[in-house]
Amino acid sequence: MKYLGIEPKRLRVGVFDFTSCEGCELQFANKEETLLDFLGAIDIVNFREISSDQGKDYDIAFVEGSITRSDEFARIIEIRRQAKILVALGSCACFGGVNALKNAYNLTDANREVYGTAPRETLPTRAIKEVVPVDMEIPGCPVNKDEVERIVQHLIWSIPFNFPEHPVCLECKQRFTTCVFEKGQLCLGPITRGGCTAPCPAGGTGCWGCRGEAAEPNFKEFSKIAHERGFSDLEISERMAFFGGFEGEK
Amino acid sequence: MLFKTIAKSEFKRLVEDLLKEEEVIGPKKIGEREDGKAIHQFLPVQSYGELDLEYGRTEYSAKTYFLPYKETLSKYKFSNDNWQQEIEYRLKPRFMIGLHACDINALLRLDKVLARDSYPSPYYISRRRNTFIVGIDHPPLEDCFCRAVGADVVTQGFELYLTSLGDRYFVSINSDRGFNLLKKYAIHDVTDEDTQAYLEVRREHAAGQKPLNLHDIPNLLDIEFYSDVWRQWGQKCLNCGSCAMVCPTCYCYGVSERVSMGGDEGEKSRQLYSCNLKDFACVAGNHNFRPDPATRLKYRYYHQHRGFTETFESPLCVGCNRCGRVCLAGINPPAIFNDLQAEGGA
Repeated sequence: MKYLGIEPKRLRVGVFDFTSCEGCELQFANKEETLLDFLGAIDIVNFREISSDQGKDYDIAFVEGSITRSDEFARIIEIRRQAKILVALGSCACFGGVNALKNAYNLTDANREVYGTAPRETLPTRAIKEVVPVDMEIPGCPVNKDEVERIVQHLIWSIPFNFPEHPVCLECKQRFTTCVFEKGQLCLGPITRGGCTAPCPAGGTGCWGCRGEAAEPNFKEFSKIAHERGFSDLEISERMAFFGGFEGEK
Repeated sequence: MLFKTIAKSEFKRLVEDLLKEEEVIGPKKIGEREDGKAIHQFLPVQSYGELDLEYGRTEYSAKTYFLPYKETLSKYKFSNDNWQQEIEYRLKPRFMIGLHACDINALLRLDKVLARDSYPSPYYISRRRNTFIVGIDHPPLEDCFCRAVGADVVTQGFELYLTSLGDRYFVSINSDRGFNLLKKYAIHDVTDEDTQAYLEVRREHAAGQKPLNLHDIPNLLDIEFYSDVWRQWGQKCLNCGSCAMVCPTCYCYGVSERVSMGGDEGEKSRQLYSCNLKDFACVAGNHNFRPDPATRLKYRYYHQHRGFTETFESPLCVGCNRCGRVCLAGINPPAIFNDLQAEGGA
């Protein structure tokens, strides 16, 4: 329906996955309380998880996963050619994600470790933006459906949206969580982009940085704080490498 | 102000009676830090035993019960070319027991802006009016500095204020609703012995706090605007906003609107933010007048200790040092003021 007299644009949407767990695209079918409205606001023409239709006439492509095989290049280039707007969906698409961990190792060794005597073709992991231009990014592991909805609202009604740039700490405090550093745990919250509502520290686990870095993260002070609390360089760098979201520091 | 005494067992009976029908919020132990120290928060309690009136400091301030981190200001329903607005700020009366002087003074300072200034907030006023406040005295903590900012004693802003005298409380009564509640219980007139004991406790509390002289701070802040002290502390700032979240008086907020996915409903909400956040400092057109961490950190101190003092004759800060405690980087007001005073040759 119209919002403030604005006739909504009818979006033809494709949802695609590359190397990933398909958990982000599954979020499209999550949040039941608004699911019917969400599906009513867009026309999904290509989405393997919910339909066998494979329409080619989409305007918006939501792309999950990173690029790790040669055949994936042709597919993502074709999707980019078709889509007016390409949205990278989730940490793998935005910055390589967990898949990028292998980039720190010899690929043959990594292949043998995972596949044993039946190796598969594999390339160094690339984020989508390292292969084709990306218009918008929704980081997270998995993405927050609420942010997906806001992107869709932005696209159909031209409602402005801003992803938070501040660190996770703000939202952690806003849900009255006791700082996990106080409990002796490492947490990347002070340098990680918020907007997730800080579920991990609330559940008792320090932040792993799945949303990538906050605006101008203070790496120097963060590292000092973590060292003072007894965490080693290795622990800190392994944690930061986990989702590959700290490009500025690596 | 009226003064009475009440046996602690009788006060317990009073709270237990309240608990039968009313919402009672108070300091509750929720866990322990790595070093074994207790963590307290103001939370609704179900029994008198859950209240820990001997607590040192709650992790979060009482502010959040009056100025929540996020609140709905209004809701909208759209139909064709028409729309309806719903505004709701009525609140069931509730009791908050065990606020220290700093937290009550914080509310009085917030009142100046949110209840008595040019644009009073009905949401805030409703919560203030519908909250019955019982304060309590406490021995000073090692790192608070409420005395230096005039927040260690309260003379208003509460219904009842308790000072422990062994097996009984010395009660200051500051409102008729406080008196009306109390008179249903066995209370006693104050004896000379009670008065002496009360004054002795007050003296001990006053003497127990580390002396800190902040009288020159508003002036010094003007003089030291370009001081290197800000750069040095700004380098440490994580820009995370934790200080403002635990602060009993930081009230800066943003207002945003959200539309339902169906487009037929909307909501306007207010969320508390912090001067230290880069995106909060950003204004229309993507301009940012405080682009670097040092400037944003300085701005928070200027608002608390200079701007507010110029307008309302006291700093906004009440000296609880929750910000200093929560800051992973160790940024805290006494240390910053110490550096500024050293810089200014005070």
